[in-house]
Amino acid sequence: MSAKSIEIMVCMGTGGIAAGGDLVMDAFYSQLKAAGLEANVQKGCSAHKVGCRGLCAKDVLVDVIVDDNKATYEYIKEDMVERLIEEHIKGGKPVEEWLVKEDYHNFHDKQVKVVLADCGNIDPESIDAYIGVEGYKAQEKVFKNLAPTETIEIIKESGLRGRGGAGFPTGFKWELCFKNESDQKYIICNADEGDPGAFMDRSVIEGNPHSVIEGMAIGAFSFGASIGYVYIRAEYPLAVERLYLALDQARQKNFLGKNILGTGFDFDIKVKLGAGAFVCGEETALIASIEGERGMPRAKPPFPVNSGLWGKPTVINNVETLANIPAIIRNGAEWFASYGTEKSKGTKVFALTGKVKNSGLIEIPMGTTLRTIIFDIGGGIENDKKFKAVQTGGPSGGCITEDMLDLNVDFESLAKVGSIVGSGGMIVLDEDNCMVDVAKYFLQFTQSESCGKCVPCRIGTKRLLEILEKITIGEGTAEDLVRLEKLAKDVQSASLCGLGMTAPNPVLSTLKYFRDEYEAHLEGRCPAKACRQLLTYTIDAEACTGCGACKRACPTGAITGEKKKPHALDQELCVKCGACFDTCKFNSVGRE
Amino acid sequence: MQSQTGFKLATSLDELREVVDKYKDTQGTTIPILQDIQEHFGYLPEEAVEWAADRLEIPRSKFYGVATFYSQFYLTPRGKNIVTVCSGTACHVKGSEKILNRLTRDLNLPEGQNTTDDMIFTLEKVNCVGACSIAPVVIINQKVNGKAAASKIALQVKKLGKEEDQA
Ligand SMILES: Cc1cc2nc3c(=O)[nH]c(=O)nc-3n(C[C@H](O)[C@H](O)[C@H](O)COP(=O)(O)O)c2cc1C
Ligand code: FES
Repeated sequence: MSAKSIEIMVCMGTGGIAAGGDLVMDAFYSQLKAAGLEANVQKGCSAHKVGCRGLCAKDVLVDVIVDDNKATYEYIKEDMVERLIEEHIKGGKPVEEWLVKEDYHNFHDKQVKVVLADCGNIDPESIDAYIGVEGYKAQEKVFKNLAPTETIEIIKESGLRGRGGAGFPTGFKWELCFKNESDQKYIICNADEGDPGAFMDRSVIEGNPHSVIEGMAIGAFSFGASIGYVYIRAEYPLAVERLYLALDQARQKNFLGKNILGTGFDFDIKVKLGAGAFVCGEETALIASIEGERGMPRAKPPFPVNSGLWGKPTVINNVETLANIPAIIRNGAEWFASYGTEKSKGTKVFALTGKVKNSGLIEIPMGTTLRTIIFDIGGGIENDKKFKAVQTGGPSGGCITEDMLDLNVDFESLAKVGSIVGSGGMIVLDEDNCMVDVAKYFLQFTQSESCGKCVPCRIGTKRLLEILEKITIGEGTAEDLVRLEKLAKDVQSASLCGLGMTAPNPVLSTLKYFRDEYEAHLEGRCPAKACRQLLTYTIDAEACTGCGACKRACPTGAITGEKKKPHALDQELCVKCGACFDTCKFNSVGRE
Repeated sequence: MQSQTGFKLATSLDELREVVDKYKDTQGTTIPILQDIQEHFGYLPEEAVEWAADRLEIPRSKFYGVATFYSQFYLTPRGKNIVTVCSGTACHVKGSEKILNRLTRDLNLPEGQNTTDDMIFTLEKVNCVGACSIAPVVIINQKVNGKAAASKIALQVKKLGKEEDQA
């Protein structure tokens, strides 16, 4: 054994762990030890939930670094570790067929990583690892060399806009708070991440919690807050754990606490666990929740910068917004503003999911086209099906169709076509997805998450949902479509907070671009064959080989037949679950 | 059921007292207290909530207002095995509803009920567990199953049920 150093990095995010990352890690530990090899096995990946490097669909991803030569493997299981050690580490020859393929590189080549730069490269549980990549340098600079107004000016010049959805310029928000005289101010990090298809905030906290803490400390110092809160979903246990750990480490090194870095400035951060309510992501509701109340929004103004937590001036920023701050301070406003478009600067992290080949977490300069995102980075549609639409902005967003794929992704362009950047969920839909069903899905979500305070949202979303349900079971009428559209617009204009105001967006945008699909449902047809009640399953006696797979799969005993003889399906008993269709290998189950 | 929770409460009152007292004189404590009580009992027994409210001199109605608002709180006991089907967007477009329907039927759960009568299973859905790239996701007793197929998950649940029978 001639190698001087061996380093193994195993992706241990939620995705990595689900794929067996901890087993792989254990296998490396025990087998390297048994072989008497000195190695440093670390939890190298951090953005992990999504897999460290964003591509957690290929988990478990493992880096093997021998004397600074790095090879990355995909789909590693614990029983593959032995061969990796024998051939690569001992033998010096990488196992070619397990190495990542071209699509892994395509996935990364068009990305620009600012927020995710160190996610997946450093151990999120070690503050020294963060300091090793210039971590807390920005905080030192701000605390020791910059006047608060100078810091705020840099953030303003960078053009950074809030990543939590609304896109409000961060520097201006800080300045407003700075100008408010008060004995007490607060900074809150919004890590509620309520959009049900987004996970970038979680990845950032799991992968690089110190960057968020540093961003908060910089903000606090510049506008004079002495207490900070991170409001984080309790559903994110790994992120919560790493956040607590990071806070402790930051206190030990005096980046938090009393008399920080000898400046006389005191600042500390508390953690509040969210209890599962989408509306609590809205800033005024979030404040109510921290105060221990039901998380209901209130009318604005007053805005939180004037009257926020316990009536004091409060800045609320999203996780990703804050994670951008240290990099901006380190590299300058100009550097940040060199990415992106005229009005949307910098990069944005998206959760690219759904029917796309390389699904995962991506970071791209604002202004990148959807085509680049879905087809170059994402590698195109899974199983080579036909692209239908991409949904952005989650329950508050809309759908974008094929003819708009060359659209630049930035705040303005998406708004123009009836969608939003939102928090960064990007869900790719293919020909098998029914757009009415997608609209219904989001309405179900917003309806159940409506806090009930204002009538347009509470009752309006319920009525909208009822109409959509009627349509998906084939009982809708032409008048229903008219009512749907009118009511959607009413709810949009009359609701109290952003939840209600944006809840109709998925309906309006699908109605606009996929009206024909709605109309087909009125005739009792679901073109995508997704709406259960509109389907009938049949078995083609000619094609059926009598293998019995469907019979075994059928949960209600609706399928009968002898072995090797064509089977039959009893429509009375059929619950249309589609299990037979999914199991049949001979295409003999029909679906109309 | 009633006496059982009463009993449970009595044996752990000291611990609960500790839990509750650490929140005295601090602001915004309703949610953390409920979270702690739930952590302790697995759900929010009426007696425990009322006892804590009285001890902290916070109106009981406030506790209930909060407990019913947030989806994380359970007002009834939960089953021994928790099966969580992710119903986030990514999972939905990849067929999570099929899985949910299948399990609901297999476990004989009537509409509006999510715990089996024998208290062996609780079936619940959540919004996005943050592992969208391996959608659809089903979590069985905290173990994350990615790219889940309805039939495989149904089999796992059936096996768990059998083990319970033998135990
Ligand atoms: C219904 C609703 C849900 C929201 N959810 C979130 C969320 O989960 N995370 C977030 O950062 N902002 C969310 N927001 C936006 C916040 O109200 C607020 O604008 C944001 O946290 C400000 O931070 P930023 O300026 O850094 O974007 C939500 C808004 C609404 C109306
Ligand atoms: S939608 Fe299921 S994990 Fe995100």
